Amino acid sequence: MRTVIFRTVAPYLTSLMVLFSIFVLLRGHNEPGGGFIGGLIAASAFAIYGIACGVAPVRRALYFHPMALSAFGLLMSTLAGMISLPLSVPFMTGNWMKLHLFGNEIDLSSVLLFDIGVYFVVLGAITSIALALEERDRG
Amino acid sequence: MPAEQVMTLAAIVLPFLAALIAPWLTRRLGHHAAWVLALLPLLVFIRFASYVPKVAAGGVVTGGFIWVPSFNLSFSWFLDGLSLTFALLISGIGTLIVLYSGGYLKGHPQLGRFFVFILLFMGAMLGLVISDSFLMLFVYWELTSLTSFLLIGFDHTRAASRRAALQALVVTGLGGLSLLAGLLVTWNITGITQFSLLVRLGGDITASPFYLLALVLLLGGAFTKSAQFPFYFWLPNAMEAPTPVSAYLHSATMVKAGVYLVMRLNPTFGGTPAWETILPLFGGTTLLVGALLAIRQTDLKLMLAYTTVASLGLMVMLTGFGSDYAVAAAVLYLVAHSLFKGALFMVAGLIDHESGTRDVRQLGGLRKAMPITFVAALAAAFSMGGLPPFFGFLAKEEIYAALYAADYWSLAFVAVAVIGNALMFVIGFVVAFKPFLGEKVKTPKDAHEGPALLWLGPFLLALAGLLAAVFSPLFHAIISSPMASAVAGHSEEITISLLPHLGMPLYLSLATVVLATAIYLALTPARNAIAATLTALGWGPDRGFDQFIAASVRASRMLTAILQPGRLDIYMTVTFLAVAAALLAPMAIYGEWPSLPAWPEDAEIHELAIILIAFIGLAAVIWARDRLTAIVTLGVQGFAVALIFMLFGAPDLSFTQFMVETLSVVILALVMTRLRLSPADHRPTKQKIFDASVASLCGVGFMLYLLAVTEQPFNSYLTDFFVAYSKVVAHGANIVNVVIVDFRGTDTLGEIAVVMVAGLAILSLIRVRAGWRPGMLAENDPDAPRGEGT
Repeated sequence: MRTVIFRTVAPYLTSLMVLFSIFVLLRGHNEPGGGFIGGLIAASAFAIYGIACGVAPVRRALYFHPMALSAFGLLMSTLAGMISLPLSVPFMTGNWMKLHLFGNEIDLSSVLLFDIGVYFVVLGAITSIALALEERDRG
Repeated sequence: MPAEQVMTLAAIVLPFLAALIAPWLTRRLGHHAAWVLALLPLLVFIRFASYVPKVAAGGVVTGGFIWVPSFNLSFSWFLDGLSLTFALLISGIGTLIVLYSGGYLKGHPQLGRFFVFILLFMGAMLGLVISDSFLMLFVYWELTSLTSFLLIGFDHTRAASRRAALQALVVTGLGGLSLLAGLLVTWNITGITQFSLLVRLGGDITASPFYLLALVLLLGGAFTKSAQFPFYFWLPNAMEAPTPVSAYLHSATMVKAGVYLVMRLNPTFGGTPAWETILPLFGGTTLLVGALLAIRQTDLKLMLAYTTVASLGLMVMLTGFGSDYAVAAAVLYLVAHSLFKGALFMVAGLIDHESGTRDVRQLGGLRKAMPITFVAALAAAFSMGGLPPFFGFLAKEEIYAALYAADYWSLAFVAVAVIGNALMFVIGFVVAFKPFLGEKVKTPKDAHEGPALLWLGPFLLALAGLLAAVFSPLFHAIISSPMASAVAGHSEEITISLLPHLGMPLYLSLATVVLATAIYLALTPARNAIAATLTALGWGPDRGFDQFIAASVRASRMLTAILQPGRLDIYMTVTFLAVAAALLAPMAIYGEWPSLPAWPEDAEIHELAIILIAFIGLAAVIWARDRLTAIVTLGVQGFAVALIFMLFGAPDLSFTQFMVETLSVVILALVMTRLRLSPADHRPTKQKIFDASVASLCGVGFMLYLLAVTEQPFNSYLTDFFVAYSKVVAHGANIVNVVIVDFRGTDTLGEIAVVMVAGLAILSLIRVRAGWRPGMLAENDPDAPRGEGT
């Protein structure tokens, strides 16, 4: 699998896929997409990078352990659900605010935060499994 | 929330807060931290003492928060005479025990940890006795079991400690489950989840057909916790714990939780033939067995432990006897026992600490070296023996007054009480006389009086036993009478004082003393006789416990061997057969086979092409020469399915299917290369045919099931709802995603938690060490020889 072409292309491919996964994540509320799919795309991106260039560069690039990313995502989703508590509405109620930026109106919500949490959980869990398998594969 | 409630809540939480700061304080101050830490239980004591006037006047203190109103669940407290007396004993003796621990474990490297455990226990025990709601009682009940486990196993490097801790946890934990079941049955019968309401219910519950079930389950909890026969064996073994623990948990407080429960239930559950048979019989047996086994011991702590068993039996027996006198006697004896037994345990610990041994045969002549300890021991032993002018005397007079009546049933229990009391009298004086009187014997350490931290506790407890008796009218007015009223369920006045009245109780007391003196003089032959009997019997509940544990281990090993043979193909076959059966059996039984749909006339060419691709993928999997090819071609079939989703208007689903297919091919391929299987499939043809039929059954089952589902008329209620509200309520046009993250967001939260935990599990499975074999002990197991399995 470690051909020169693959090794050369893989970093660009991975970057593009990660970018695309974020795009899919963010547009999820109105078009097909969302945190789960975005997370899967990002996980496959890192899996490809790992297959092409070895596991060590992926771990360096991720900086955090993928399981830590997963845990961070779960924490984020839980906290997103808890935003509603100080507002005295039931757990997980979506809260929205409008942000005016450069003349555009952007909707921000606790739901988006929740979806980003889902993204990180899926990304982290799948990546850590894939990387662990790739590692032992060569060991 | 009113200020008074806040203060009470603070008192409930204070021991836990003390546990939080204990390690830090101990690091700074060493064993002197005991002086500071003891202030906190003292504050609790003062707080609860301030309720005494109100409760003595017949009032109750309640408060708390509602938690789940639909289930009547709350965090609420309820203080009547019974709870208040217990709360005062727990916090009062707790204060002394904290001081004593500081002296006893001075210089111990884990002193901070010890303080944490003992303060946690104090908080748990306090919560237990003031709980109003059933659930809260159960939670605190289990907390006391857990903290007791930690304290018994405090010296965790010794195997005996670990065994004793585990044994206590298993016995009291099983009892806790029984208690929970009993409370649930009670809740179902009455619809009540609070003791404050239950005690006002009167005898209604006894008419229920489930009364006996509830009673037996509740008593299962009480009897295990309070070490009644045949569950008493864990209590003497718990003496492996440091002496402050024995004095506090295993004599003065925790073991009385069962007695507390029985007393709490008396107004509602009492008065029935079942109650008045079970309790006296088990209590009486426990009293005799405990007292006889105590004589057999030579270790000071073990002697005291068995008399604790006997005393608990006496209390249960009295509570179940039914008369108001008996209730009064149980109440008096409970208070007296907490005071003198706590003191005697601390004395035993002091002797051990100063002389280096607890064996009564190697002790003697310490009275000059340890005068204060001697005085405290003597006072406590007088109380334990029921001699004036101590509180134990009042208790014993009341016991005899309550039990004596001219019928065989009562006379039998009078005899049991006389023998039990006489034997406990003997033990009390063995502990108070033998180590102190006679010639000075050479002990492992040169004994002299301990520091104030050590003798303060026993001294004050013994003094309390004296003062309570001397000022008995006052003591009865503020403590005994309210408590007896709470236990009896109606107002009751205790009047007994130190002035002896000529009558049957006094004659019985005299008989007890005479009998006790005789046994004391013949102690060594008596000890040998009991030892010989026990050796002849050869079996006791303690060994029974080991056999029970060994049998459960064997049974679960056999069951595991059947259920978990360890071969993946068997698991998969069973799983898929079950899936096929679940799909096909209902249709076969109810004859609901779907009708096969007609071939669609308007099938487009590209749709047919996709189906063809799926079939090609399937065929390729079946005829693939090696596993890797099979895995990759499986992906072809999956992609075809994803395309079908896309064509029929489910882009989200299709999108996900694509990604899942890709990743599963990658991960499967990685797993396969790691397993180093032979590349090709070597199953014999017979096996192949069997596996193929299982697979086909599953596939056909799913197909028929889907057909059956789609045959039903489509209910568009949910679709209409989401179409109508998705944009309006949740600001999203993509209904699928809005459902996932908003409408059913809590489900998703649960699911992603599962994803993460599954990831963790897989990660640890991948990293399992290569050399691991089944049955191997953990690396930190002190029993395991290094680097070897069992």
